[in-house]
Amino acid sequence: MKNLTAAERVAIARHPQRPNITDYIDGLFTDFFEMKGDRLCREDPAILGGVALYHDRPVTVIGTRKGKTAEESIRCNFGMPGPEGYRKALRLMRQAEKFRRPVLTFVDTSGAYPGLEAEARGQGEAIARNLYEMSRLTVPVITVITGEGNSGGALALAVADRVLMLENAVYAILSPEGFASILWKDAARHEEACGLMKLTAPDLLALGVTDDLIPEPEGGAHLAPARTIREVDRALSRHLAALLKESGPNLAAKRYLKFRKMGVSQSKEAAPPREEP
Amino acid sequence: MNSIFAKRRNRLLAMKALRDNYVPGDRLTVCPKCGQEHQRGAVAKDLFVCPGCGYHFPLGAYHRLSMILDSGSFRELNEKLLAADPLSFPGYREKQRAAQRKTGLNEAAVTATGTVGGRKCVVGVMDSRFFMGSMSAAVGEKITLAIEYAAKNKLPLILFCASGGARMQEGILSLMQMAKTSAALARFSEKGLLYISVLTDPTTGGVTASFASLGDIILAEPGALIGFAGPRVIQQTIGETLPEGFQRAEYQEEHGFVDAVVPRSQLRETLSRLLRLHEKGGRS
Ligand SMILES: [Zn+2]
Repeated sequence: MKNLTAAERVAIARHPQRPNITDYIDGLFTDFFEMKGDRLCREDPAILGGVALYHDRPVTVIGTRKGKTAEESIRCNFGMPGPEGYRKALRLMRQAEKFRRPVLTFVDTSGAYPGLEAEARGQGEAIARNLYEMSRLTVPVITVITGEGNSGGALALAVADRVLMLENAVYAILSPEGFASILWKDAARHEEACGLMKLTAPDLLALGVTDDLIPEPEGGAHLAPARTIREVDRALSRHLAALLKESGPNLAAKRYLKFRKMGVSQSKEAAPPREEP
Repeated sequence: MNSIFAKRRNRLLAMKALRDNYVPGDRLTVCPKCGQEHQRGAVAKDLFVCPGCGYHFPLGAYHRLSMILDSGSFRELNEKLLAADPLSFPGYREKQRAAQRKTGLNEAAVTATGTVGGRKCVVGVMDSRFFMGSMSAAVGEKITLAIEYAAKNKLPLILFCASGGARMQEGILSLMQMAKTSAALARFSEKGLLYISVLTDPTTGGVTASFASLGDIILAEPGALIGFAGPRVIQQTIGETLPEGFQRAEYQEEHGFVDAVVPRSQLRETLSRLLRLHEKGGRS
């Protein structure tokens, strides 16, 4: 398993039979109650969310939804949320804050939907608002990147105390195809892009962008979904137990610092502003 | 304020502003929107707004600061903060150096303190000449340091946004700057301080999906392109031509995402007025 290339992992991460949010909800939680709608405009099936029991503890569960059949995929817009999806997610997170329950998010999306209506209703504002609000939640927040996590569309559910990543999941600024087409004007060079983007779970763990790597069965999660879900359960319960020992304000403060530190390697050169002469 | 220092600072900013005056043309300037040719001096006198059609030319960061800040009040923050190469991306260092030589900037954002209409504030300006104003870790860091400086000193914050999106060569760390800046703004806001974001052409991608959209007040320059996804990507995705004016400042105002579209000639006065309106206890 150690010798997969980044491009091979991208292919596994996108496998149509890879466990999706519905599988994780069935396998990890009991008594899931789905909550729909952003209370402003509409229901976005590209994000699934609700309340459930996790080892008998009430939690808020939110995840992007990719379908396994063509029909299902079309219904949930291939897992590409619009602003309504992000606003629903935020509504559920605020509820989690109110009822003092942990937030568990599952990310598998090729990105936020680049559509006319999504723009008209403020895709950028919706994502920004989630980043802003998630950074100050005072309940534990754990994100599991289960498949693809692309762009601000993934990050909008991933400002978490712990970001866990399945071994063959990928997390990136955008798809390798998009990356190659922007940088080299040639989407066909996507495999080359995969190699440079540092998008695999081991790479991101080394960069400090993620906090843990969840092992997958040989060949990928789709070959043994039940085993994969057991591994996710093991990691989730371990991290959740640690976070539940912390006070709410402490969680928010540490989460802030975690993201605050990202990409400051060069800031040593930054002198503090001098006082007025 | 010591007037010798003020004069020196003013000269410094004027010099930098002159250098990053990047409207095309020597004696004549062709407007990219209406195609008319104008005397460059006349365009410059109109704050680089086309006298024919009102097109707002993009401005360099120091040039913008010289238009907004009171004379002599400019003090740059974290000027020496440079771009890193966190992914060791092939060729990125050379590209950075070339961009630095071409623009005289260290990165795609300049941050400073100064006064606007006599009121002290922190101002950040993005510059689209440097890697198309894309969000690098250094840009994210500079903006975050500016937000934290404003929070610590209880100053209002004004950010002029201009960005083509993510800095590809910094990959995921570019993405993380969205979380970093947004989280810093959340803390800033909890202190009851004012943040005005000014969206200029173009404001897209990760900047739109973070600090650009989080202003207490959001202003935009006329005609500025503002959106998360770029128009080309949208057009490719939906396979139809986009309506006239789509994602422009006026469209965003109509759709509820911008408080006011403000022509460049009124921007300084508008900012000064908003700072005055937000003074505690309404002192003037
Ligand atoms: Zn014109």
